[in-house]
Amino acid sequence: MITPTHYMLLSAALFVIGVVGVMVRRNIIIIFMSIELILNAVNINLIAFSAQLQNGIGQVFAIFVIAVAAAEAAVGLGIILAFYRNKETVNIDEMNLMRW
Amino acid sequence: MKYIWLIPLLPGIGAAVNGLVGIRYFSRKTAGTFACAMMMLALGLSIVAFWELLGRPADQRAFDVIGPDWFPAIPLQMHDGTIGSFRAPWGFRLDPLSGMMLLVVTGIGTLIHVYSTAYMVDEPRGGFARFFCYLNLFCFFMLMLVLGSNFPVMFVGWEGVGLCSYLLIGYWYEKKSASDAGKKAFITNRVGDWGFILGVFLIFYTFGTLDFREVQNAAALMPVETGHFGVLSAICLLLFVGATGKSAQIPLYVWLPDAMEGPTPVSALIHAATMVTAGVYMLGRNAVLLSHAPEVMTIVAVVGVLTALMAATIGLVQYDIKRVLAYSTVSQLGYMFTAIGVGAFSAGAFHLMTHAFFKALLFLGSGSVIHAMAGEQDMRRMGGLKKFMPVTFATMMIGTLAIAGIPPFAGFFSKDEILFRAFLQNKVIWSLAVVTALMTAFYMFRLMYMTFYGGYRGPAWETGGHGAAAHGGHHADAHGHGHAAADDSAGHGHGHGAWHGPHESPTAMTFPLMALAVGAVVAGFLGIPAAILPSGSAIEQFLEPSFTASAAAEAGQTAASPEAVAAATHAEPAGAEPAAQGAAAGHEAAEHHMSTAGELGLMGFSVLVAVAGILTARKFYVTNPEISQGLAHRYAGAHRILSNKYYVDELYDATAISGTFSAARGLWGVDRKVVDGAVNGTGWLTLFSAWLSGLSDTHIVDGAVNAVGWTAEESSYWFRRVQTGLVQNYALLMLFGVAAFVGLYLIVR
Repeated sequence: MITPTHYMLLSAALFVIGVVGVMVRRNIIIIFMSIELILNAVNINLIAFSAQLQNGIGQVFAIFVIAVAAAEAAVGLGIILAFYRNKETVNIDEMNLMRW
Repeated sequence: MKYIWLIPLLPGIGAAVNGLVGIRYFSRKTAGTFACAMMMLALGLSIVAFWELLGRPADQRAFDVIGPDWFPAIPLQMHDGTIGSFRAPWGFRLDPLSGMMLLVVTGIGTLIHVYSTAYMVDEPRGGFARFFCYLNLFCFFMLMLVLGSNFPVMFVGWEGVGLCSYLLIGYWYEKKSASDAGKKAFITNRVGDWGFILGVFLIFYTFGTLDFREVQNAAALMPVETGHFGVLSAICLLLFVGATGKSAQIPLYVWLPDAMEGPTPVSALIHAATMVTAGVYMLGRNAVLLSHAPEVMTIVAVVGVLTALMAATIGLVQYDIKRVLAYSTVSQLGYMFTAIGVGAFSAGAFHLMTHAFFKALLFLGSGSVIHAMAGEQDMRRMGGLKKFMPVTFATMMIGTLAIAGIPPFAGFFSKDEILFRAFLQNKVIWSLAVVTALMTAFYMFRLMYMTFYGGYRGPAWETGGHGAAAHGGHHADAHGHGHAAADDSAGHGHGHGAWHGPHESPTAMTFPLMALAVGAVVAGFLGIPAAILPSGSAIEQFLEPSFTASAAAEAGQTAASPEAVAAATHAEPAGAEPAAQGAAAGHEAAEHHMSTAGELGLMGFSVLVAVAGILTARKFYVTNPEISQGLAHRYAGAHRILSNKYYVDELYDATAISGTFSAARGLWGVDRKVVDGAVNGTGWLTLFSAWLSGLSDTHIVDGAVNAVGWTAEESSYWFRRVQTGLVQNYALLMLFGVAAFVGLYLIVR
C-alpha cells in the first residue's frame, strides 16, 4: 500500500537532489533542470495530498505550478541563450555582472 | 451778485494763464495787459456787486453763495461730547465789511497792476510774466480771504497770501537779502498762523460750526467774560496771535521792514494796503467774539498802541525811504489794532480803508522816486527832487498830509475817530496814540523834506544825453500812453546804459498815483463824524451790521435770520455792564459821555499835534539841518538803539533762532547717538546672531548630515562584500536562512 509517507519521501528525495544540484553544479542548464526537479517535488506533494484528502484544489495548484514552470523555463532559457551569445559560456561562476 | 465767486476766480485764471503759458511765451505787453484786464474785470464785478449790496435795505445787506464742500465732512468730537461734523463749503459772503475790503483789494490791486507794467519794465520777459502771475495769484487769495464765509475758506486765502508774499518778497531771488527776507516773512507768519488755526479748531470744538455768522450768533448768547479768561477769551487770544503775525504787530512785526526787499509795487499792494490788514479784517469779522472777551480786547489795544509807538520811534531815524514807510505801516496797523482793542471796530476798518489809499499812494510814490533814481533808496542821496518829478511830489504830499492827519484828507477822519474812541476808553492809550501821531507827522515830513526839498545830493549824471531823443527799445511801450505831466523827460531811458538823472515817471505810473491821491482826499468823507455832520459817520452805519450778531440770535433764537442783522444795533440788552465793549453800544455810550464840543476840541488838538510834527520836521530838515545832526550826536545812545530797531532782530537771533538751532543740534545729537545707536545696535545684534546660527549650521546640522554619510560610506566597505554576484552563493544563504527559520519553528513549537 502506498501511503502519503511514501509520496513525501519521494518528494523530499527529489527536492534534496534538486537543491544539491542547484548548489554544486556550475552549468546553468543543469541548475535549471535542478530547479525543475524542486518544482516537481512540490507537485508530487500537492497531488499526493489532493488524492489523500479527496480534494481537487491540490491538482489545480499542481497544474498552475507546471504552467509557471513552463513560463519560467521559457524566460530563463531565453536569458541563458542571450547570455551565451555574449559570453560564449554557460558557467555560472562567470555570471557575476551584478556584483558591487 | 450771484457771481461774486467769479471775483476771486478771475485773477486766479490770470495767474494760471500767466504762470503756465505766459512765462514761456508771453511778451511783456501781453502778460501785463492780461493780468490788468483780469483785475479790471474783477473790479467791475466788485463794483456791480457792491452797488447791488448798497441797493438793499440796511438790514438785509448780506449775500451768501454757498458752493460744494471742499472736503468730505469729518466727524469730530466737541466740548460737550457730541459729535459734530467738521465741514467747509466753498462759501462766499458779501456783506458791508467784506464789500468794503473787496473794493479796496480790487481797486488798489488794479491800480498797482497798471503801475507795475511800467515799474517792472526793466525785468527780463519771463520774470515780468512771473511777477504778474504772482500778483494775480495774490489777488486771488486775498479776495478769497475777504469773501470767504467760513474759517477754512478764509484760512486758505490767509495761507495763500502768505505764500504770495513770500514769493514776491523773494522775487529777486538771486539777491541773498531778498530771499532771506522772504523766508523770514514766511516763517514769522507761520508762527501767527499756528495761533490762527488753533483758534479755528477751538471755535469748532466750542460751537460746532465754522461759519462766521453762525459762530457770531452762538457767541452772542454766551456770557461776557469780564475779569476772567474763558473759552471765548482763549479763542480771541489765539486769533489775535494769528493777526499779529499777518498784520505785523509786536512781537511778530519783524518781517515787515525786511519785506521791503521786494519790488515796490509789492510793498504797496501786499505790505501796505491789503495783506497786512488781513489781521484787522479777521478780528473785525469776529467782533462779537471779541466783544465778549474784554480782557483780550485790552491786550489787543495795548499791543496795538505799543506797536504803533515803537514802530514810529524806529521810523524817526531810518534813512531808507521804503523802510520809513514800512515802519509807518507797522505803526498805522498798530492804530487799527488799538481801534479794535477799544471796541471801535468800524473805526479800525475805516482806518484800514483810508490807510490802504494813502499808504499805497506813498509806496507807489516812493517807487516812482526809486525808479527815477535808478534804484537808489537812501534818502541821504536824494533831495531836491521836487523840480524833477512834480506829479510824484504832489501826489506824495497829499498822501503825507493824509497820514499826518491834516483835514480834510482821509487820514484825519479815520485816525481822529480812533483817537477819540481811545480817549473815551483809556487815557493812557490815548496819550500814547497822540505821541505816535506827532511822530508820524514828523517822520513823514522828514521823508518828504529829505527827498523832495533842499539841494540835490545824489550822484551826478551825464548831461550829454539830456533832452536827446535817442533811445528806444521797450521803454517806448511804457511811455506810449501819452505824456501827461512828464513830457520834458518822459523819453529818458534808464536802468540800461547811461542814466540821465532823475526824471518824472511814465504815465502808467503817475496815473495810479493820481487816482490814489484822489482816493486819499475823498475816502475820508465817508467817515465824517457826527460832531461835524449831523447824520453821523456814513461808513460806521454801513459797517455796523458786520460787527454785531443778528438780532434773532440775540433774542435767544438760534436760527440765523439775515433780515434782522441790523436790528441788533438797537437791541443791545439795556443795563448790561459790558455793553460799552460792544461796538454798537459803545458808540452810543460814547455820545453820552462826550459832548460834541469836546469831540471837536479833541480834533483840533490832534490837528495841532500833527502841525507841530510837521513844523519840527521842517525846522530839523529844511531850515536848520544841523539840529538833527546835533541831536543825533547828543543822544548817541538813543539814536543807536533806534537805528538798530531796538535790537529786536538781534534779540530774536539770540533767543528764538539760536534756541531753535541749538535744539535742532541737540536733537541731531540724540538722533545720532540714540536712534542711530539703536539701529546700529540692532544691526550688530543681527550680525552676531547670524554668526551664531551660522556656527550651529556648519557644525551641528552639517555635522549630523556628514556623520550619517560618513557612517554609510565607511560601513559599506564591509557590507558590500555580501554582494558576491554568485547566484549559488545567494542560493546557499537562502537555504541556510530557510533552514534556520524552519529549525527555529520546529524548536520553538
